[in-house]
Amino acid sequence: MELGTLRKIVLRFLFLPIAISMAPAVSAQTFITVASTTSTEQSGLFRHILPRFKRKTGIEVRVVALGTGQALDMGRRGDADVVFVHAKSAEEKFVAEGHGVKRLPVMYNDFVLIGPKADPAKIAGSKDTLEALRRIRAAAAPFVSRGDRSGTHSAELALWKQAGIDPATNKGPWYRDTGQGMGPALNSASSMNAYILSDRGTWISFKNRGNLTILVAGDRRLFNQYGVILVNPAKHKHVKKEPGQAFIDWLVSPEGQKAIAEYSIGGERLFFPNAGQEGA
Amino acid sequence: MNDLTLAFGEAFALISGLDARLIEIVVLSLQVSVMAVAIAAIVGLPLGALFAVAHFRGRQAVIVLLNALMGLPPVVVGLSVYLLLSRAGPLGPLGILFTPTAMIIAQVILITPIIAALSRQSIEDAWHEYEEQLRSLGANRLRASVTLLWDTRFSLVTILLAGFGRAAAEVGAVMIVGGNIDGVTRVMTTAIALETSKGDLPLALGLGIILVGLVLTLNAAANLIKEAALRRYG
Amino acid sequence: MLPLVLNAVCYAVNGRAIIERVSVEIGAGPRTIILGPNGAGKSVLMRMCHGLLQPSAGKITWHGGNGNRRGRQSMVFQRPVMLRRSALANVVYGLKLAGFAARECNLRARDVLEAVGLERQADRPARTLSGGEQQRLALARAWALGPEVLFLDEPTANLDPGSTRDVESIIAAIHATGTKIIMSTHNLGQARRLGDEILFLSQGKLVERAPVDAFFKKPATVEAAAFLKEELPWN
Repeated sequence: MELGTLRKIVLRFLFLPIAISMAPAVSAQTFITVASTTSTEQSGLFRHILPRFKRKTGIEVRVVALGTGQALDMGRRGDADVVFVHAKSAEEKFVAEGHGVKRLPVMYNDFVLIGPKADPAKIAGSKDTLEALRRIRAAAAPFVSRGDRSGTHSAELALWKQAGIDPATNKGPWYRDTGQGMGPALNSASSMNAYILSDRGTWISFKNRGNLTILVAGDRRLFNQYGVILVNPAKHKHVKKEPGQAFIDWLVSPEGQKAIAEYSIGGERLFFPNAGQEGA
Repeated sequence: MNDLTLAFGEAFALISGLDARLIEIVVLSLQVSVMAVAIAAIVGLPLGALFAVAHFRGRQAVIVLLNALMGLPPVVVGLSVYLLLSRAGPLGPLGILFTPTAMIIAQVILITPIIAALSRQSIEDAWHEYEEQLRSLGANRLRASVTLLWDTRFSLVTILLAGFGRAAAEVGAVMIVGGNIDGVTRVMTTAIALETSKGDLPLALGLGIILVGLVLTLNAAANLIKEAALRRYG
Repeated sequence: MLPLVLNAVCYAVNGRAIIERVSVEIGAGPRTIILGPNGAGKSVLMRMCHGLLQPSAGKITWHGGNGNRRGRQSMVFQRPVMLRRSALANVVYGLKLAGFAARECNLRARDVLEAVGLERQADRPARTLSGGEQQRLALARAWALGPEVLFLDEPTANLDPGSTRDVESIIAAIHATGTKIIMSTHNLGQARRLGDEILFLSQGKLVERAPVDAFFKKPATVEAAAFLKEELPWN
């Protein structure tokens, strides 16, 4: 190989990554790191609303999508500026422990109980989630759980508890704890023809449905509330508190709330803005 | 089989449409892995030459360790680098977590042992052939290792390609230290992981086909250059 | 540098003696041939003299016992080892190592390539040359350093008669410029053609030393006589 060509290639590949990663340090463009959940990112919401925020403020939002547990952990370590998840009690604990400044409700989406069209537990069309869960247990019908400390998983466990059932002691051949994200868990449920609790957003984008369909929805118990928190700059000096606060302010502002409401897939709305709602 | 046909269709559509996001992802993947191989080569090749030619107490143990490090689990490397670069960790103030730099660091840690161990073997074999002649001409071990690095350059290209392949195929480490951020740290492998977890298997497979195609093309090109040079230099 | 003095030199590997108590003084002038059957230890002895191997016992001293032996003595091996670069570059490599200035390296290299008849192959990759050409290149590389002593370890063992003739005439030319030749061979005809004195090695011991004519007409020892009659028993 000609030395000249070699040199050109080396320079091109050597400098660009350096330039890219230097960008945070030297560019005039600000960015914040937001820890959120995989289900939120996979719903496509961020692709829809973040460009609007950037156009307005010039601030780039970098979303790292993990499970709720991991996202809050990121906040505790100071690796994120803002945390945006859907696990109210965990969020309130986060603030109480001093890791976050204040929790504000932003929006909610809902969970749906999905299962095979054949529906061995006979729960289709019910508006009572707890009763549906009891019937699934009675029929010992296969049920897939995420088992990954995520918001969805916490919500699922809370529902079982309310129904008076302890899945841990009931772990038999019917309750399957997979330790996966929402998409892979749906894949598993599809191949097992099992029941599963999913957020509506992931379900709408999910393309590998097999024999599954929505069986129970609309029960208030299935509403999934999102909250946003600024990571405490007192604990972590480097937190970008002005741009971070700007993002939070925008999310709960009429403009941000409108952007959230306008997001839809196949004509269906996924998220319902409710900033400022009492007790949310 | 139907998914596979869909996958090829998706792949073709993405490539021929010159999808902007796809190009961005591919370019970033190449930048990260090429840079990682370059750094790993600068560190690993001299190390390999040194261990091939030098004699010191504990040499065998070092070689065994080097060979074992080739099997470092990527996800363990990713976790370790994450803990190092996290704000709560020792190198936190550098602020390079969730950037391509962090991904390059992780990949360098993964492939330097591969390049060092394999080049050590290659150069040691050459040393057996060259040792008497080089020593007769008055070369000391340092000089000899430099001479051998250049003389075995064609085998070393293959070793670098192996390193590149490992880097480009890796998903565990770059996912953890990069965060798979849309437009910033999303590379081919993490994009495939994302689409798979979304259940969009044809798209994931399509991306996978492109990735394999890319690596194949690179290897073929390098092989052509190697063959031509071998014919010229013998 | 000369004379080269060996004093009760031994070489053993894993308890097996390969060279046993060899004492000899090799001076300037005559072409010295180390003769002996396969396995006699000729290669090991030469490598010890050149400095590639350390004796297990005994001492090897060059005149005055001092220093920089490298540029002053070279060695050509049975199989030439060429670097993956041009013929000229191979010769230049040795010169650079010996400390010659860049321009001088080039001039000396081209001169010596012409002297061995390889000036037209100067820019060809060394590894694509034929066996005979590579050995001539090895000689050129060693000669370019202007050595006081040139060791050759069975240099034509792998060559055809034509290449052998070429190599032998180059060796003669090198000797004519004042370099001391110390060469090993098991080829009797070659020893007669090229040698002035014979050091006869058998089973690791220096058994006989004599001028060429005397050695071949009337060998003094039983082993030498047997070797000449090609009846020497193998180890």
